[in-house]
Amino acid sequence: MKQSIVLDLSKLPAHGLGAASLTWWGTLAFMLIEGTGFALSIVVYLYLMSLAPQWPLNAPPPDLLPGTALTALLVASFLPNILVARWAGQQNLEKVRVGLIIMSLLGVAPLIVRIFEFPAMHISWDQNAYGSIVWVMLGLHTTHIITDLIDTVVLTCLMFSRHGDNPRRYGDVSDNAMYWNFVVATWLPMYICLYWVPRL
Amino acid sequence: MTIREDGQNLRDTGLGEIELDHRLSATWSTPSGLWGALSSVDHKIIGRRYIVTAFVFLALGGLLAMAMRLQLSQPEARFIGPDRYNQIFTMHGTNMMFLFAVPVMEAMAVYLVPLMVGTRNIAFPRLNAFSYWMYLAGGLLLWIAFAVDTGPDIGWFAYVPLSGPQYAAGKRADIWAQMITFTEVSALAVAVEIVVTVFKQRAPGMSLDRIPLFVWSMLVTSFLIILAMPAIMIASSTLILDRLVGTHFFNPAEGGDVLLWQHLFWFFGHPEVYIIFLPAVGMVSTIVATFTRRPVFGYLAMVMALVATGVLAFGLWVHHMFVAGLPRLGESFFTASSMAIAIPAGLQIFCWLATMWAGRPVFRTPFLFVIGFMVIFVIGGMTGVMVASVPFDTQVHDTYFVVAHFHYVLVGGAVFPLLGAIYYWFPKITGRMMSETLGRWVFGLIFTGFNLTFFPMHILGLQGMPRRIYTYQPEMPWSGLNMFVSLSAVILAAGFLLFFIDAIRSSATGATAPANPWGASTLEWATSSPPPPYNFARLPVVGSLEPLSNNPETLPVASGLSVDRRELIVSSVVEALPEARESSPDNSIWPLWSALATTVLLIWSIFTPWAVVWGSIPVSIALIGWFWPKGTPEDDA
Repeated sequence: MKQSIVLDLSKLPAHGLGAASLTWWGTLAFMLIEGTGFALSIVVYLYLMSLAPQWPLNAPPPDLLPGTALTALLVASFLPNILVARWAGQQNLEKVRVGLIIMSLLGVAPLIVRIFEFPAMHISWDQNAYGSIVWVMLGLHTTHIITDLIDTVVLTCLMFSRHGDNPRRYGDVSDNAMYWNFVVATWLPMYICLYWVPRL
Repeated sequence: MTIREDGQNLRDTGLGEIELDHRLSATWSTPSGLWGALSSVDHKIIGRRYIVTAFVFLALGGLLAMAMRLQLSQPEARFIGPDRYNQIFTMHGTNMMFLFAVPVMEAMAVYLVPLMVGTRNIAFPRLNAFSYWMYLAGGLLLWIAFAVDTGPDIGWFAYVPLSGPQYAAGKRADIWAQMITFTEVSALAVAVEIVVTVFKQRAPGMSLDRIPLFVWSMLVTSFLIILAMPAIMIASSTLILDRLVGTHFFNPAEGGDVLLWQHLFWFFGHPEVYIIFLPAVGMVSTIVATFTRRPVFGYLAMVMALVATGVLAFGLWVHHMFVAGLPRLGESFFTASSMAIAIPAGLQIFCWLATMWAGRPVFRTPFLFVIGFMVIFVIGGMTGVMVASVPFDTQVHDTYFVVAHFHYVLVGGAVFPLLGAIYYWFPKITGRMMSETLGRWVFGLIFTGFNLTFFPMHILGLQGMPRRIYTYQPEMPWSGLNMFVSLSAVILAAGFLLFFIDAIRSSATGATAPANPWGASTLEWATSSPPPPYNFARLPVVGSLEPLSNNPETLPVASGLSVDRRELIVSSVVEALPEARESSPDNSIWPLWSALATTVLLIWSIFTPWAVVWGSIPVSIALIGWFWPKGTPEDDA
């Protein structure tokens, strides 16, 4: 088939940023998958609750302190996270490096608090269905914190390497920041479900 | 004139055809040899692998079906014992749904969608390679387990408590549940790739109202996968947890619930039917347009019907649970929604009929399969409306009537369009034509064999024959029809055998196919058969819904892309205005290592929960190796 050139694209940028980036859309799609998973876990929680004669099943409501502390930490991490995304948008290498180190630490901190959160539930996964869903919800969210922490640490190393100062990497940093916002945002309904619904 | 920027960035502008092909081939080719094959990220190579693997599973599943028909051909037969029979019907359903039907539809999309939207590779091509290896590993897990007598024996929907720790000792149920994880990971990965490819990699000018219907159908399907499959992942994971570490999700004695399983399973399982059916709708629309020589009647209505079906698909799951004792109001709601989905399905049928009525039909093999599809699917749809009604369903639940119904819907609704699609796109994929003579025989045998095999099952069901029984007594009035069904199955199997012979023979010695053997109007036909590694020498610019029908001689194209790195166009979601020249990842072995590490983790975790901890270390290492930039122009430029 013969070709006739009707469009010249040589002036287009060699990499798309934000909504023009494929990874941005891919991250959104994975957030949709995982968000559906989180939502379903809440549905399972409420479903089991609707069947139970009393709720929580054979356990007091969870202690508020560790979960609330973790929530506060996650919400507090929101601000530096937004800043990292902004610095990545400005392609400011020094600030992005510092910001990523802070975000790595802010990824470790909630994991430490989470260690105290499991016992604060006053139930084990193998005692009854309430314990099972509580542990699975906490486990599911913990997996997401760990995944994003590894991602952030690897990105931090990357930004200190010779590959760092590149529009593509800055795009990765802002996508990673977006994903952390997702990890924070999905926790809020789970926090209400785990800590406050049993107190209704 | 050749543009060189910073000494290395060579653009396609002004390159002659031979020079352009030479340079693009050097950039985009998959190296020969085993290492090259294992590292390939070319959507065509992976798509072809996917399709062939899925058809191997189809053949294996068909052999299981024939084994069941042998056993049921006469009362009190002794060919297969009850335990093996349980494994066989579970394997047949699991294999056909999870290893054939969903993967084959996604496989067709992996091959075709990038070509139809006019781009050079699928979005996230390494994820695509990873998804294939995961799919293959899941299939091998299931079949190797079956070969060593550890195949699942709990039915393809694995209801608790039968599949729970109390009634399913050993690892058979875990094999089933973990096979789910493998296939869902791979299906979700492909769904993400297709969504992003369709949203962001369409050729300049291919606005939403110029997207081919097959691509629309795959987009809706991908969203169904994204929203439905997390439910089955949660279901199968919690089942494994119940079995491995003593959680109580499905244990009523400790506050769990067996119906929770059914809800989770069918919240996935019903959309699953449309995950299989909607791609077929896209195939039918494509074939109908080509062989009636006119665009499909009611493009907008067709797209709306696809979307409406996708939305309604999530409101039907309870109709699989009508005999589970749910509240009356719920049953009424789900009866209504189950009947409502017949409306978009009917709308599509009438649009195709209108297209045929107004066009000039050419009765080649692909079109014959479309006709067969319409007949069989309409019958399946009508029995569907019947079983949507609770009193009727209560009578025929778990009988052969249901077996007949879902084979009419699934085989009629998906396998017939798929076979038509294989005959239709075979020349594009292999560069050779399939035999028209054999194709007619294949269609005749499969259409006849299918109806003779499955129609009598409606009657057997109404006569009370339950599904999943390994034998029956001679006093039952079922022997004659069962023998008839088994003999008819031989005709059906002969049709499939002939299809496989035709496909294998044609791929080696079939007539050479031109670029556009059917005179079709979508972009995959604008490039050679089979397409070069880079798909299009210059990416097409689209000005209408049928880009090849306005001017079949000349293709409007865009220039200015780099030939030194794998480059394609990222365009805006609605209007497909070019936004960037984006790089597309190079070949890599890391997706294979990642899939192997994930396979070890998943299989190990059937035996101990610690596998999740220790197994995730190699997975992390492989993923870091995958994403760490290698200093190539694709990674760094």
